[in-house]
Amino acid sequence: MNTTLVLGAIVFWLAAWGLNIWLSKQKQTRFIRVIVPVIFGITLLVVWELLVRGLNIKAVLLPPPSMIGAKFVDSLPILWADFQQTFIKGALSGYFIGCGAAFLTAIAIDRSPFLQKGLLPVGNFVAALPIIGMAPILVMWLGFGWQSKAAVVVIMVFFPMLVNTVQGLQAADHMQKDLMRTYAASYWQSLLKLRLPAAAPFIFNGLKISTTLALIGAIVAEFFGSPIVGMGFRISTEVGRLSLDMVWAEIAVAAMAGSAFYGVVSLLERAATFWHPSQRG
Amino acid sequence: MKRLWNRFGPVITVVFGIIVLWYVMAVALNSAWTIDKLGRTGGELSVVEHIADTWSQDKPKLPAPHQVVAEIWKTTVQKSITSKRSLIYHAWITLSATLAGFGLGTVLGILLAVGIVHNKAMNLSVMPWVIASQTIPILAIAPMIIVVLNAIGVTGLLPKAIISMYLSFFPVVVGMVKGFRSPDQMQLDQMRTWYASKWQTFWKLRWPSSMPYLFTSLKIGVAAALVGTIVAELPTGAVRGLGARLLAGSYYGQTIQIWSALLMAASLAAGLVAIVSLVERFTLRRMGMLR
Amino acid sequence: MSSEVVIKAEHLSLTFETNDGPVHALQDVNLEIKRGEFVSFIGPSGCGKTTFLRVMADLEQPTGGSICVNGMTPAEARKARAYGYVFQAAGLYPWRTIGGNIRLPLEIMGIPKAEQAERVAKVLKLVHLEGFEKKFPWQLSGGMQQRASIARALAFDADLLLMDEPFGALDEIVRDHLNEQLLELWAETNKTICFVTHSIPEAVYLSTKIVVMSPRPGRVTDVIESTLPRERPLDIRETQEFLDIAHRVREGLRAGHGDE
Repeated sequence: MNTTLVLGAIVFWLAAWGLNIWLSKQKQTRFIRVIVPVIFGITLLVVWELLVRGLNIKAVLLPPPSMIGAKFVDSLPILWADFQQTFIKGALSGYFIGCGAAFLTAIAIDRSPFLQKGLLPVGNFVAALPIIGMAPILVMWLGFGWQSKAAVVVIMVFFPMLVNTVQGLQAADHMQKDLMRTYAASYWQSLLKLRLPAAAPFIFNGLKISTTLALIGAIVAEFFGSPIVGMGFRISTEVGRLSLDMVWAEIAVAAMAGSAFYGVVSLLERAATFWHPSQRG
Repeated sequence: MKRLWNRFGPVITVVFGIIVLWYVMAVALNSAWTIDKLGRTGGELSVVEHIADTWSQDKPKLPAPHQVVAEIWKTTVQKSITSKRSLIYHAWITLSATLAGFGLGTVLGILLAVGIVHNKAMNLSVMPWVIASQTIPILAIAPMIIVVLNAIGVTGLLPKAIISMYLSFFPVVVGMVKGFRSPDQMQLDQMRTWYASKWQTFWKLRWPSSMPYLFTSLKIGVAAALVGTIVAELPTGAVRGLGARLLAGSYYGQTIQIWSALLMAASLAAGLVAIVSLVERFTLRRMGMLR
Repeated sequence: MSSEVVIKAEHLSLTFETNDGPVHALQDVNLEIKRGEFVSFIGPSGCGKTTFLRVMADLEQPTGGSICVNGMTPAEARKARAYGYVFQAAGLYPWRTIGGNIRLPLEIMGIPKAEQAERVAKVLKLVHLEGFEKKFPWQLSGGMQQRASIARALAFDADLLLMDEPFGALDEIVRDHLNEQLLELWAETNKTICFVTHSIPEAVYLSTKIVVMSPRPGRVTDVIESTLPRERPLDIRETQEFLDIAHRVREGLRAGHGDE
């Protein structure tokens, strides 16, 4: 055990925390709101590094961040190939098909309150189920390729998206609908001009929930069988070989991909629903 | 009668539709095998016999609902619950890890939320990371946690519970921060006019106000905890638990076993969410927040 | 009638710094309120009447001048629990019964259980809500909820009652009824009441003193001592004297608008 490094970690932690306490007592500017979490994140990394080195923790248990960073840079081509396989082919295609299908289904049952009343509770119920368990079945049906991963994603995102869209289409209030009636607007006019825009916040909520589900589905489905490329494949094989630096590098890719995906959808949401109170801050 | 139909009719119709679709899909997916078998053995089948065959294969692509139900019946009621082939035994393994993780995650989540609401530095430092963690697939680290914990000698329920804890933790933090902040400015001002302490404000105002948020996040958390346990049972050739049943089934092409494990997992999830909902209704009604 | 001063504001001002520049919510306010008075603050929105009430309650900090509540700073007065505050909305906790809601400040102040029950019974009687102790707030009408919230402010027996448009969200008929009851309660308890409103008849009917305020910057433009007797039936509102005071209030409000 290297006492200096351990002490260094404790001192660094206390110093950074003290700095954050001081910063958070200042006037809450945009700068403060960005810098404080950044300092916190950096502190975690530094303390991690120092503790792993100071306590001589083996790299097969917890590699230090510097080692993960080096591995990340070294393996960029592999990580890129895995990213393409899992994110672009598996998650994204499944996301578009699943969300698209759910949206069209919601429109299709829009005129049938009976079907809506039946599908909403069933959809809510299915959304709480461990759908990820369907993965082995779909791998069996569609093979080890990305198609089976996309299929898992389709099933995972379908119900949350459906439920949100159906609820969204009911969001326009009575007064607004009555106004449309006084204009003698047709069903499609009222749908396009009133109900779909009013549903947008709900639809985007469904789209945002689905981003995380899509990535989880695509990665976990690879645990059940995949070609020799893909983020889930890499994680499960490298864990088996105890090269945890590679696993952490892959997790870093997953984290970045996940937040970037979510971020893009949030930006689209802001552009499309700028009028909604939650976006006007 | 009419009111009952209005209430349950739509759901029953949809569920019935799903079952019919399931049988139709079973015919479509399993026909290839039936035709293949006929090609090898010769002979002919009428349409009815052909359909009957697609619903009664040993390793069908898609087992018919009654096959799955029969399998569940066989592996629950007809097996002693200590047997390794009892589905109840496997379900209990999964359930115990889920509940342990869920309980821990909930308690830790509430504690962190209390800290975030009462400490400005903590709010600014930690909250953005908690929100960001909602957007990343944290489930991906499950295999690593299992293997690392195994390497340092921690096996059995605990590693799985840690993953469940981790997954149920974040929804609870986010929900409870929202809940503790749900009292409006007027209610907080009111507390101020009475010179209430932070502690009193917490127990008399923030905590009761957060109850609806608590139950919403508990429902999300318990479902996430179950998924966490099942995924945690996949690596390292685990032999017990529903996740292990899924994996074993997929190795040996035992589709009926996969589907029965899946249905069991679904009932567990539904049961857990239903229990939380019941407690929610009871509590909120007692508190007078549900009319 | 004693003439002890309860509230004394001297050159009081409060400026909010906003993104669109400073907003002068209060500017150079001078005012004295004596024990047992019923003072209304009236003016258009943005004139600082609510802000003034909040400064008295130590919910806002003044940026200039001084103010005394019961001879103390507002912060000391708050810590001594010297006033009860009634907000525009009843703000009763849905998870507590009416009795439980009224007991809430007593619990916070650490008053013994037996005395709590006694006081709850007493104030429920004052606001004519006997028998509703075990009901939940949503089982009561809006007017009854507001009466319960007044009872809650009375429960700990502070001499000063600060009311911020307490009847603003209620309809005219309920409002008349509550005004009458409030006067009755004031006569019974002999408390000092500060009452924010934007209704001229309400202000004239209730008050012994009417403070007319105007916005941008928020300031006092007129202080009218009412000549009406303390005993006021509802139909006093048709007397010439009442109409004269109302006229003067209206003139004061109009003058405040003149310099815009």
